[in-house]
Amino acid sequence: RPTIDRELLEGLPNLKVIGNSGVGVDHLDLKMISNFGVKVTNTPHAVANPTADLGMALMLASARRLVEGCQIAVSPDTKYFAVDWLGVEVTRATLGIIGMGNIGYRVAQRARAFDMRILYHNRNRRRKEDEEAVGAHYCEKMEDLLQQSDFVMLVVNLTPETHKLIGKKELGLMKPTATLINISRGAVIDQDALVEALQNKVIRAAALDVTYPEPLPRDHPLLKLNNIIITPHIGTATVQAVHMMAEEAIANILAVLNGQPIPSEV
Amino acid sequence: MEGQELPYVLIDCIRGKHGVHEDYVEFLEKHFHLITMKEYLENKEFLSEKIRAIFMWYHRPVITAELLQTLPNLKIVASSGMGIDHLDLDLLSSYGVKLSNTPFVVSTDTADLGMALMLACSRRLVEGYQMAVSPDTEYFPSDWLGSEVSGMTLGIVGMGTTGYKVAQRAKAFEMKILYHNRHQRNKEEESAVGATYCKKIDDLLQQSDFVLLSVSLTPQTHKLIGKRELELMKPTATLINISRGLAVDQDALVEALQNKIIKAAGLDVTYPEPLPRDHPLLKLKNVLITPHIGGATKKTHRLMMENMVESIQASLAGLPVPNEVLL
Repeated sequence: RPTIDRELLEGLPNLKVIGNSGVGVDHLDLKMISNFGVKVTNTPHAVANPTADLGMALMLASARRLVEGCQIAVSPDTKYFAVDWLGVEVTRATLGIIGMGNIGYRVAQRARAFDMRILYHNRNRRRKEDEEAVGAHYCEKMEDLLQQSDFVMLVVNLTPETHKLIGKKELGLMKPTATLINISRGAVIDQDALVEALQNKVIRAAALDVTYPEPLPRDHPLLKLNNIIITPHIGTATVQAVHMMAEEAIANILAVLNGQPIPSEV
Repeated sequence: MEGQELPYVLIDCIRGKHGVHEDYVEFLEKHFHLITMKEYLENKEFLSEKIRAIFMWYHRPVITAELLQTLPNLKIVASSGMGIDHLDLDLLSSYGVKLSNTPFVVSTDTADLGMALMLACSRRLVEGYQMAVSPDTEYFPSDWLGSEVSGMTLGIVGMGTTGYKVAQRAKAFEMKILYHNRHQRNKEEESAVGATYCKKIDDLLQQSDFVLLSVSLTPQTHKLIGKRELELMKPTATLINISRGLAVDQDALVEALQNKIIKAAGLDVTYPEPLPRDHPLLKLKNVLITPHIGGATKKTHRLMMENMVESIQASLAGLPVPNEVLL
C-alpha cells in the first residue's frame, strides 16, 4: 500500500520512483509502471536473514511438532506426557531448496550447521565455490530434488513460470514422510492439490508462511487440517527488519531522486 | 528354551504412557528374555535370581533398595536419555550394579529443539499460528512484529555435548556466542564456533539476548537461574531451558515474566512435568512450553534403545560397557 493503479500514476506527473518495502514485486504491474517512466525499487538486504530464519523456524516447528506440543503442555486435560509422542529429525535429514537466490542461500547456510544434506533447484546453477561453501548439490531436474528430500522449501520469486510450480504431480513425487515449507508466495503452490495431498497423507505435513489469499477464508480446508502450520506472512516481521527496510527504501528513493546509482532497482 | 538361554531383562511394561514401544519388542526379544514388572511380581521366586539387567525406559521401572535386594544377579541398569538425576547413584554403587545412559544420541535432537524454541519465541510462531487459523481473524496487521535471531547474542550456560551443538547451529545464524561452563573449552573448539568464554555467569547474563541452559542437573546447578540471575538479564532477553526444570527457580521465573524483568521464556522442561494445570506459567502469554520433547524423534528413540541393548550385552559379557556412567 498504497495500491498503485493507472489512475494514481496519471495523477502524479512528477513521480520518479516507487520505493517498495520487502523483496516481492508480484503485486505491482511492472510493465504499466515502466510505461509511465517510473522506477521501482525493493529491499532485498533487509528481508534476507529474517526470511531465512523463519524458513528454519517453520521446518523445525513442523518436524518437532512444536505447536501441538505447546498445546499439550498447557491443555487443561493433560495429565501426563506420553513417552511415545514423537516428531522427526532435522539434523542429517535431506533439505531440498527450490529457488537458491539470496534468501535460499542463507537457508542453506543455516541448514548446513544442522548437518543437513542440501539439494537445490534453481533457474541457473550457482558457482562451484558457492555450492561447496554450503555443501549443496544441484538438481537440474526438480523431480530429482522432490524424490530425495525430507524437507522441500520454496524460496522462489512469484513469476508466471513459478505460478503453481508445486501441484498434484510434484506433491506425488515427494516422499510420504516429507514436509513442504513455503516462505515465498502462496500462488507458487496449487492450494487445492495441497489440501488433497495433506488429507490423503501423500506428504507428511506442510508449513506455510504464505497462502493465497492472506488471510485464507475462515472456512478454508487448510485451516482444518492437523498436519499443517500456517503463520500470518511474518517472514520479515521483526522490529529490526522493518527498520532496515525503511532505511533501505529511503536510500533507494534518494538515489533515484539524486540521479545516483540505485542500490536495488527492480 | 533349548540350549543357550537369552538373558532375563526386567522392563516396566510394553505400550501405554510409560511403556517400551511395541515396535521395539521384536528387536529386544532377539537379544533378551523380557520380563515385565507385572510378570516379575507374579513370579518373584523363580524370576528374582534370573534377572541380570534392567532396561529403564523413561525412568521406569523405579529402582528402590527393596528391588535391588531381591535381584542378586543384577549386573547393570541401562537408563534411556542423558539425565541421571532421577537415580540414586550411591544405592546402585552399594549393590555393585553398573549404570549406563544414552548421552550422545539425544544431544543432537535436544540442540535442534533449543534452536526451535529460540526461533519460535522470537518470531512469535505459536501466536502467529493462532492468528492465522482463528475464526475471528479478518486481516493480518502489519504492525504485528517479532524480533530477530540472526546477528543477536546467544549465551550458552553449560557447554557440554548439547551446548556445543547449539553453538554450532547458532553460528550459522551469525549469532555472537558467549558461554559459561565449569571448565573453559580449548581454543580450537572455541574458535570453531566463535564462542567467547565468560568465567563469570553475570557477564554472560548481562550481554545476552538469548540465555540457553544446557547444564546437567547437579547440586551445583539446582536453581542456577534465580531472581538475581534473572535481574541481571536484559529486559529484552529470552530464557531457553532444555536441561532440567530444577535448574531454574520457577517461582522467580514467574515473577520475572509477570513484571517484564525478562521478555520471554521457552521451556522444554519444568518441575514437575507436567505442571499442575493451575500453575501461573501456563497462563503467561510470554512463555512457550513444550512437553519435554528434547529427544523425542523416531530415529533417536530407536538409537537409544539399541545403545541400551549394547550396554547391557557388553556388561553381561564382562566387556567394557559403552556409555557407562562411572559411579
